[in-house]
Amino acid sequence: MTAFDLSSDTVRALNQHLHQTPSGELSVTNPGGRHCIACGIDSPVDVSIDGHVGYYCAGMNKDAQVTIRGNAGPGVAENIMSGTVRVQGNASQYAGASGQGGTLIIDGDASARCGISMKGVDIVVAGSVGHMSAFLAQKGRLVVCGDAGDFLGDSIYEACIYVRGKVGELGADCIEKEMTTEHVKSLRQLLAATGIDASADEFRRYGSARKLYNFNIDHADAY
Amino acid sequence: MSQEKSLRPSATFPQNVLDEIHRAADEGIYEIRGFGAKRTLPNFDDLVFLGASMSRYPLEGYREKCATNVVLGTRYAKRPIELKIPITIAGMSFGSLGAHAKEALGRAATSMGTSTTTGDGGMTEEERQSSKTLVYQVLPSRYGLNPDDVRRADALEVVVGQGAKPGGGGMLLGHKITQRVAEMRDLPQEIDQRSACRHPDWTGPDDLEIKIQELREITDFEIPIYVKVGATRVSYDVALAVKSGADVIVVDGMQGGTAATQDVFIEHVGIPTLPAVRMAVEALQELGMHRKVQLIVSGGIRSGADADKAFALGADAVSIGSAAMVALGCNRDLYVEDYAALGTAPGYCHHCHTGRCPVGITTQDADLEERLRPEQGARWLRNYLSTMVLEIQTLARACGKTHVLNLEPEDLTALTIEAAAMAKVPLAGTNWIPGNNK
Repeated sequence: MTAFDLSSDTVRALNQHLHQTPSGELSVTNPGGRHCIACGIDSPVDVSIDGHVGYYCAGMNKDAQVTIRGNAGPGVAENIMSGTVRVQGNASQYAGASGQGGTLIIDGDASARCGISMKGVDIVVAGSVGHMSAFLAQKGRLVVCGDAGDFLGDSIYEACIYVRGKVGELGADCIEKEMTTEHVKSLRQLLAATGIDASADEFRRYGSARKLYNFNIDHADAY
Repeated sequence: MSQEKSLRPSATFPQNVLDEIHRAADEGIYEIRGFGAKRTLPNFDDLVFLGASMSRYPLEGYREKCATNVVLGTRYAKRPIELKIPITIAGMSFGSLGAHAKEALGRAATSMGTSTTTGDGGMTEEERQSSKTLVYQVLPSRYGLNPDDVRRADALEVVVGQGAKPGGGGMLLGHKITQRVAEMRDLPQEIDQRSACRHPDWTGPDDLEIKIQELREITDFEIPIYVKVGATRVSYDVALAVKSGADVIVVDGMQGGTAATQDVFIEHVGIPTLPAVRMAVEALQELGMHRKVQLIVSGGIRSGADADKAFALGADAVSIGSAAMVALGCNRDLYVEDYAALGTAPGYCHHCHTGRCPVGITTQDADLEERLRPEQGARWLRNYLSTMVLEIQTLARACGKTHVLNLEPEDLTALTIEAAAMAKVPLAGTNWIPGNNK
């Protein structure tokens, strides 16, 4: 296995190697909260990071499996295209921001704006998420096994939110929706794929009321 | 009461204001339109060049060299952008513009040795194929942003704001969200698309520094990173952009255009390009970064004269958007009945937001788009850019400059007190710069 020790190797050297489309496994030790670790990967390499990372770890990830055995700073897996990123600790703000595909799994809690502007990524949070999560969420699924903070799904488009715990105030145009058997089935499959122990039957579904898709003066109060 | 007294208009409520209030009462929504600020603003017309005299020696027109090349992104990038002319094409989205217009812009820019810029809709194949040097915008919306396009871009431009609406997000109304546009933006068709006004994954300049670092890492430090701001608190914004690690800063004055923004935003937010250029250059000079971090200025650049005045004040390049559209046929005296159907006429049209552009530029309608053939549009724009370059060189030679970027503030004088104060250039016939206590 290829190994990088960031107490002596640079993040630049690590990323340069990762951009040469490696395969197989790669380990990163002593990340020390450094920023931009393993960003821009474009190959099915399996990266294991032993410790905490700073901003934008696994940003724009494509095809790779990245596991962070610690906490992640803001913007983990931002703009993820495919592959899987797993944070075994907690994640800071903007986790999975504008993600277009793939899966982001957070075994702890996520902070504010989890899944902001998401465009097709699946985000599964074993703990809770902070306020303004799924703000302007366009496509994809946000699954929250714990609680969701205020303004969940504000200005949401067609993304789908599942929450098991308590939800604070809902954001503009976000409403609770029917949890059909199809939704339960799809959620069950997603939870199984991520290895998170939760029953799909215990979740509620939230999505867009679609009242703000075209401006109507009678709905101006929603803004 | 005399007829004259009973027909006296109000200066506070002139007819256009009365009409707007009546419209607002009928519709219950602000006016959304395209184009840039239409009000009279201090601009480069208020500055003139001094040219040659006994104390300044001109260069011979057409014979003595006056170079126009510029290199952008020398601060950190391994592959800075080398342009043959210091005029670039500003970011305009596919979605607001049609594919033919984007292709025409690319072809013309390539033939002139300059760059185009994507927009809020992401990178289209037409533009990447037709534009040899393409700047890829990273906007708050992140529509279509992907690492494959990031890697095949020649530069990245982190858009903090634009001159037409500093602090506002993009807007594309439902009738322009066709299937192709919707797919590129990951949105349902025919909805009113609202771009965010803030980036989703960074907040202030300290975050931006790390975000730029991420983009450099993803692109292996190969290409320049620009930061674009709408002209507001230019001195602070330029300094913060430098601190954040920008290779190039783009400052877009309030005359900058848009395809769809609230009229009240266009006309009442931001500062004109004239003071913005001077403020940006001063900020760079204070940091010792003038010419090390290049400055591109946009917002109402119309001619070689405007460009040269920006260069004289210290800009490294200018960018054109509205003027490029006009060269492609915007407001040309054609299809007059279609302008009339929109309630306007050639010379007055600002109806980009309707998607019914009579000349086929800002539309997704296939029939209307046929009115702009990419080859013809490219020819028009190339001719216009060529004319601008000749103007730039003519004026620069008249000031004795062997390179257009050798123009300096001492080559300028101001015709109004406002312009003198804004540009910090003496009022013509005097040594007076308002606010300068020397």
